[in-house]
Amino acid sequence: MWSILASSTTQWVLASTMILGIAAGMVGCLAYWKKQSLMSDALAHAALPGVIIAFLLLQEKNLLILIIGAAISALMGAFLIQLIQSTTRITEDTAMGMILSIFFGAGLMLLTLVNRTAGGNQSGLDNFIFGQAAAMVKSDVITMLMLAVIVIIVLFLGFKEWKIYLFDPQFAKGIGLSIRGMNFLYTGVLVTTIVIGIQAVGVILIAALLIIPSVSARYWTQSFKWMLIISACIGGLSGAIGTYISALGSGWPTGPFIVLVAGVFFTISLIFGKEKGIVSNYIQFKIQRKQLVNKQISLDHKG
Amino acid sequence: MTYTAWIIITACLVGLTCGLIGVFLILRRMAMMADAISHTVLLGIVVAFIITRELSGPHMLVGAILVGLLTAVLVQWLNSLEIENHASIGIVFTTLFAIGVILIATSVGNAHLDVQHALMGEITFIPWNTVNLPMIGSIPEATAILFLVLIIVVFMILAFYKEWKITSFDPALAASIGIPVVLMHYVFMSLVSVTTVAAFDAVGAIMVVAMLITPAASAYLWTDKLSIMLLLSGTFGVVSAITGYYIAAWIDTSISGSMAFATGIVFLISFIGSPKHGLFAKFIPNVTDNKALNEKSTR
Repeated sequence: MWSILASSTTQWVLASTMILGIAAGMVGCLAYWKKQSLMSDALAHAALPGVIIAFLLLQEKNLLILIIGAAISALMGAFLIQLIQSTTRITEDTAMGMILSIFFGAGLMLLTLVNRTAGGNQSGLDNFIFGQAAAMVKSDVITMLMLAVIVIIVLFLGFKEWKIYLFDPQFAKGIGLSIRGMNFLYTGVLVTTIVIGIQAVGVILIAALLIIPSVSARYWTQSFKWMLIISACIGGLSGAIGTYISALGSGWPTGPFIVLVAGVFFTISLIFGKEKGIVSNYIQFKIQRKQLVNKQISLDHKG
Repeated sequence: MTYTAWIIITACLVGLTCGLIGVFLILRRMAMMADAISHTVLLGIVVAFIITRELSGPHMLVGAILVGLLTAVLVQWLNSLEIENHASIGIVFTTLFAIGVILIATSVGNAHLDVQHALMGEITFIPWNTVNLPMIGSIPEATAILFLVLIIVVFMILAFYKEWKITSFDPALAASIGIPVVLMHYVFMSLVSVTTVAAFDAVGAIMVVAMLITPAASAYLWTDKLSIMLLLSGTFGVVSAITGYYIAAWIDTSISGSMAFATGIVFLISFIGSPKHGLFAKFIPNVTDNKALNEKSTR
């Protein structure tokens, strides 16, 4: 069992999915307050054609290039969603659903074409759908680590600005913080996190790594700072534990296990969370009722 | 009938059924719920397979309806616990889908189920798997099931047309005149799940989303009348299915992928050309628009 951990590739992969989880957990908090959890899902699906076109153009699997392709295609998806909902009466969720499925469909068309050509099968592009951390080589890991660290640093350095941007846009205007610039930066870190995650977690499930830790963190704290920290911890742990479990079986996809672990964290938070968890709600309810009854009794005595 | 004809008929049935259901999805603002259900249906199929050890239509339908309803109930429940709608949908479907994929990858993987198939569908295999029906003779099983689902969907829409209309446009009014809004919601969710799983074999779980949402959204740009929107959306679905098939045959690629792509083309045409909400209408103002503008300016 420990032999898996001892292998140096696994250590690298574990480190990278953990850092990815941390970055995703933090960015997820921003997406949560922007009410854009599902947007991350749409963008992740929209990244697929970009990955494959990048591969077709260069005919080699260089993760950095594939990530750039993915980012361009995801940004195009974001732009189209924005265009559709601002120029027609179609609502945002409908626009997201359309872009998500159409881009993914186009991605599958291209993927089938690539897989048919010689050498395409060895490209491991299929792994981008469900994620296969074991398929990563050291240079992939380093690319991922560096980008994830950049995302974390951007969030860390701009903590105060993010807070103002999310919770008090009026005040932000007042102190001359450019909302446009922050929107741009936000889309930047969101898309970066999604695209670096697609190799390890896959386009279908990477959104979960953004959504689940942040919502779970809400059950433990009211402060934004602690929400970021807790969400980062849950994301990092889910990434590491999920990757470890998927390494136990041969050919097990990484993404679903990471999501499952995150789901367990969510369930624990939902039940035992300090803030409005089910158990704490129930206890609060009991206490309040007791107080009410006591009050009633003392009133009765007086009366 | 020929091999190609069966494929096209199956695809058209998918387009028609999804197009009809999709109209209500859009009007009820539940497009992402369709995305969620199309993912979680996978879990229903896997569990049905693990229990019965066979991949037959009826079992899969039952499993899919149950999981579809479970998805709807869980989302509703998390919503009631003060988690916002977008987040609860995101949590529920990714987790259930992950469980489905893990079950396939670890226990039943080598059997008849594989994830690739579930996501992309293999419409090319459909004509080989036939059933014998009395009176009609031997037809592909998936086609027969889709036809049955189409009849159910059309029947439900026509029988409760007024109720669907009111609950979709004005749930508060519907509740006040005694229409069981919650019941209608779950009936609708069951219809979405049934449609999804029936289309699953043909176009795969994710393509169903394209078929459900895009034709209806395109139709929404052309008309304000529900009945016409239903007709248009169904037609768009069928047209995309046929176009998609021929694109796929032309460049020899994934049929379901190109069907999703074809729905995108239909939407693009609507987006540009629609007389009321299209890009052209925005830039070439016609008489009615001028009138409206004048009225606005005089006010």
